[in-house]
Amino acid sequence: MSLILKNVRAVDPQIGLDDVVSVRIEGDKIAEVGSQITAAEGDTVRDLSGKVLVPGLVDIHVHLREPGQEYKEDIESGTRAAAAGGFTAVCCMPNTAPAIDNGAMVEAVKGIAAAKGHCRVHVAGCCTKGREGAAIAEMGDMVEHGAVAFTDDGCGVADTGAMRRVMDYANQFGKVVMSHCQDAGLVGNGQVNEGVASTRLALAGWPAEGEEIQIARDILIANLTGTPLHIQHLTTARGLDIVREAKAKGVKVTCEVTPHHLFLNEEALDETYDTNFKVNPPLRTQDDNDALVEGIVDGTIDCIVTDHAPHAKYEKDRPFELAPFGMTGIETSLSLVLTQLVSSGVIDYNRMVELMAVNPRAILGVEPVKLEAGSTADLTVFDPACEWTVTADGFQSKSANSGFLGAHLTGKATDVYVGGAPTLVDGKIA
Amino acid sequence: MAFNHKNLIDITEYSADDIMQILETATTFQEVNERKIKKVPLLKGITVVNMFNEPSTRTKSSFELAESRLSCDKLSAGGKSSATVKGESLLDTMETLNSYKIDMVVIRDKMAGAPYIVSQHTSAGVIDAGDGKHNHPTQALLDLFTIWQRKGTLDGLKVGIVGDIGHSRVVGSLAPALKIMGATVYGIAPQTLLPARPDLLGFDAVSSHIDEVLPELDVVYMLRIQMERLDGAPFPSLREYNKLYGLTEERDRLLKPDTIVCHPGPINRGVELDDYMADHPERSVILDQVYAGICVRMAVLYLLLGGNNELNS
Repeated sequence: MSLILKNVRAVDPQIGLDDVVSVRIEGDKIAEVGSQITAAEGDTVRDLSGKVLVPGLVDIHVHLREPGQEYKEDIESGTRAAAAGGFTAVCCMPNTAPAIDNGAMVEAVKGIAAAKGHCRVHVAGCCTKGREGAAIAEMGDMVEHGAVAFTDDGCGVADTGAMRRVMDYANQFGKVVMSHCQDAGLVGNGQVNEGVASTRLALAGWPAEGEEIQIARDILIANLTGTPLHIQHLTTARGLDIVREAKAKGVKVTCEVTPHHLFLNEEALDETYDTNFKVNPPLRTQDDNDALVEGIVDGTIDCIVTDHAPHAKYEKDRPFELAPFGMTGIETSLSLVLTQLVSSGVIDYNRMVELMAVNPRAILGVEPVKLEAGSTADLTVFDPACEWTVTADGFQSKSANSGFLGAHLTGKATDVYVGGAPTLVDGKIA
Repeated sequence: MAFNHKNLIDITEYSADDIMQILETATTFQEVNERKIKKVPLLKGITVVNMFNEPSTRTKSSFELAESRLSCDKLSAGGKSSATVKGESLLDTMETLNSYKIDMVVIRDKMAGAPYIVSQHTSAGVIDAGDGKHNHPTQALLDLFTIWQRKGTLDGLKVGIVGDIGHSRVVGSLAPALKIMGATVYGIAPQTLLPARPDLLGFDAVSSHIDEVLPELDVVYMLRIQMERLDGAPFPSLREYNKLYGLTEERDRLLKPDTIVCHPGPINRGVELDDYMADHPERSVILDQVYAGICVRMAVLYLLLGGNNELNS
């Protein structure tokens, strides 16, 4: 008894596939990909004509908020949102309360995800105990319990000596260190990009250099220690140049960008002080948007992530300086990429799959998924023609603090399979 | 002339005609304030809430006097004893006040943007009495009034604003207001006290050399140096600040004979101004500014709340 997805355009740059095919899934694996697949008695057959099938999308920068802030999001709701957005896996950040800085916490999150989750949950553990930037966290214990990466995301490891120890120590586990690049001294209480936004809103500026200095520092430490480094939510043209140069010199560095840093900038911030545009790092400039898109095209940027950061309405209703940083994104990411990058011809499906499925897995060092027999059946299907509008009441997430409310998008996930099991069917949570 | 504003938050939403109408109305109220009985019944039955969520002496008393002299009913909300301090959100406080059927909220808040939030959650009008380091439009208007009365015009004047431009809500409204009225605006400060983009506030030029700019100016606007408002010290000492940027007797010789000196108060004597300049009988208009505060706030309240009534009825 197998599941057959038929008449779907399958795209997988890993194997040079871009063709209308049918896919037979048995258990949690792809059994067969071909043009002539005949259904046997008892098979489930789904006709996906007009839709596109790609290896399951992975978002490696997501805040699921559990434990500690379940009023914003929890593992169940956050992974439900991920499924609705077309994702088969996420990597959750460890800035929970308490922080995920030991093996038991990793185990707990994985356990809850296995019991209630709507997608795979990879867990990133802290670099330092309690994310305090001083003592190294028990990385070995966390790896033993399944942690795939280390980060103190939410802030950088401020002390350079501490960051060096973290990367030196992490080296033995073969896991990537992910860095939230923010020079604490330079950024201070920065609220918005230093420049137009900080002047217009009379708020403390968060200068581009506050990010770039830390990117440069961490690349030097990656070079010193030989440990792979992943730059999180990169936002500036010069930061990208620094990464581009380091890659050319052979440093083991990768980087990610978010849709909001690609498609929004500080011009969104005006006298209305809309706190949905308060994110960290802040929305930058049009020039930065343009440079990031160029990095998407030329391959400097390895993956697109959301930094999905849900917050309760009452928190975002506060005056700007008191409102928390962050916007949601996991339910709009694929559609934004399809609308803004693919439909407009900036990139093709192949590049999109690299950015959202292939590279994220490679960075985490988890099993690749390919559209060929024998591969794990983590699959995303989307309708490239589906037109929809982002609304606050349309989310699976517990929170609606999106910076894209009101956006008209083209393209949407319709079906998602995780290990052959449906999590989204015809746009509905399975 | 029709006055089509409900709120006074962002001065850039006001035209030169709107601002001129306020200044001319303030002149009328100046006459009221010269009377023995300084009260007129123009806003009788109107309820104004003074919501001061951070300490304020001068602005608050100026608004209260203006309201009293217009015969408003007034209610104090905010301050140390307010619910806001007890953890009630600004929005919940507003919902409570709305239930009192209020007509106007005068809000001072240490958070930039708070007046806009309030305006989105009340049918009453909103006057920004200072929000964070952002705006302070009635201060800007009283400054314009003072300068206009002394100089007879605003158009074409050269105004130098000296001091903590990057952390001043006064500048956030004054610089754009001066631009609207046709003045040329210079900023004078060390780079540590400048915003990232002074041009966006309306500055035509900025300089870190006061002596080079002073001879050009018709108006020198000295800002209060507010050590408590600064993240980390932006200059090494008050002594050095005074030396580099203070308007002192020694610098008098650089000024044109009819240049006037403004300051939003309270003054740090010996820092941005010395006694000679602060008390200079011809140049200093600092007390005129305080008086203008009453007249201008009466004009703003009247125009926003009772603009359809005849002023002399």
